[in-house]
Amino acid sequence: MSLEWIISIVQNNWQMFLRGAYYTLLISVIGTIIGALIGFFIGIMHTIKIRKKGIKFYSLKLVNFILTCYVEFFRGTPMIVQAMVMYYGLDIAFGIDMHFITAGILVVSLNTGAYMAEIVRGGIVSIDRGQYEAASAIGMNHLQIMLNVVLPQVARNVLPATGNQLIMNIKDTAVLNVISVTELFFQTKSIAGNNFRYFESFFVACVLYFIMTFTASRILLYVEKRLDGPDAYQKQSKETL
Amino acid sequence: MTVIKIEHLSKSFGRNQVLKDVNFQVEKGEVVCLIGSSGSGKSTLLRCINLLEIPSGGQIIYQGENILDEKHNIQEYRTHLGMVFQQFNLFNNHNVLTNCTVGQIKVLKRSKAEAEKIALNYLQIVGMDQYVHAKPRQLSGGQKQRVAIARALSMNPDVMLFDEPTSALDPEMVGEVLKVMRRLADEGNTMLIVTHEMEFAKEVADRVVFMDKGVIVEEGPPAQVLVNPKHERTKEFLKRTLK
Repeated sequence: MSLEWIISIVQNNWQMFLRGAYYTLLISVIGTIIGALIGFFIGIMHTIKIRKKGIKFYSLKLVNFILTCYVEFFRGTPMIVQAMVMYYGLDIAFGIDMHFITAGILVVSLNTGAYMAEIVRGGIVSIDRGQYEAASAIGMNHLQIMLNVVLPQVARNVLPATGNQLIMNIKDTAVLNVISVTELFFQTKSIAGNNFRYFESFFVACVLYFIMTFTASRILLYVEKRLDGPDAYQKQSKETL
Repeated sequence: MTVIKIEHLSKSFGRNQVLKDVNFQVEKGEVVCLIGSSGSGKSTLLRCINLLEIPSGGQIIYQGENILDEKHNIQEYRTHLGMVFQQFNLFNNHNVLTNCTVGQIKVLKRSKAEAEKIALNYLQIVGMDQYVHAKPRQLSGGQKQRVAIARALSMNPDVMLFDEPTSALDPEMVGEVLKVMRRLADEGNTMLIVTHEMEFAKEVADRVVFMDKGVIVEEGPPAQVLVNPKHERTKEFLKRTLK
């Protein structure tokens, strides 16, 4: 009977499952955060405008060209292939022998960064021009406008897309098993390899993945609500001012 | 005393010349209304004054210096001008109070306590002090515009620039904004107002400037320009708007 097998698999291997889930979460959460930072950096670089054609103008063009190459490359190739190329490639080319977790985080971060770059750029472009104008009109410089007015609004607007990215990363870290990252999929494969109960073992993994993604999406919804604040405001009475 | 003096100002967008050799000045304590039909260049003139549009030619003299010189610090200059927009443009991520304090703290380097004190004073003047915790999306158009006026005043500018401040408002809300502006005018603020409110211009302005096709056609006290205009174009414009 399958159910009995599932119970016994969980009883005998719960530590391995949990360790796998832990690495899956660790890599996807850190990868998403670093990826979002990369995305913000590139998104900002792509929206800076320099009017005068000088050394600044051309260096910005060059940097943006390199960044665009990065984005196109990482969006245009499968993450499973990137993992192989980077893990083995860096070893051959530079003799860098990365820890598998470092390698996992690197691949996920770079991948997420490439997607987030476009999301953030879209977020910046969608902010009403009037917000920049009002901020420049009170004398803010570009950096102050970005930090105090534009980016907080962009961060709020790209939060749903970032959540999406996190959920995708929780699932997609499964491909990292090809460079022997001991995440949930890798662990489940080992467990199933020992007991030959593939359906039951992967059913347990399936449930664990769902718990992680579902929790992540609920937490993100909660954060969004908190950021928006209450719908109604409190009028201040004259005395409290 | 002249606050801002504009000499031979011109502005083109591509081949389209919007301002042609505009000469114009604002005295301290003066309320000037810019009138004219859409596309006459009055908003562009106002936006050129605080460099939201970079003029194609001419000079803007402030405190004896041409601020179009390369070396001039644009950000510093802008803190002396308060701008009120047609679309309010309150910072959506800030509440009413921080809308009025963020510029003071970040640009003028005032302390938070000082900035809040100044902001509350101006919010009281515009009648929005009870709404300090509200976000812009929770306010009506008239309320937003009054907060925008308080935000500009909080920087203690030398001149207040109003770019059609009531054009995006319901007729009912126009009154509350004009009332605030009238009070500011009475208190001796220097104001430059682009407006379609002829009655308001007649009552409040010290001087009315009529623009057409990028040039100043006629200027003078409201009693002269709005009641007994000399130029044909001004007469035509007033006949159509006053009806």
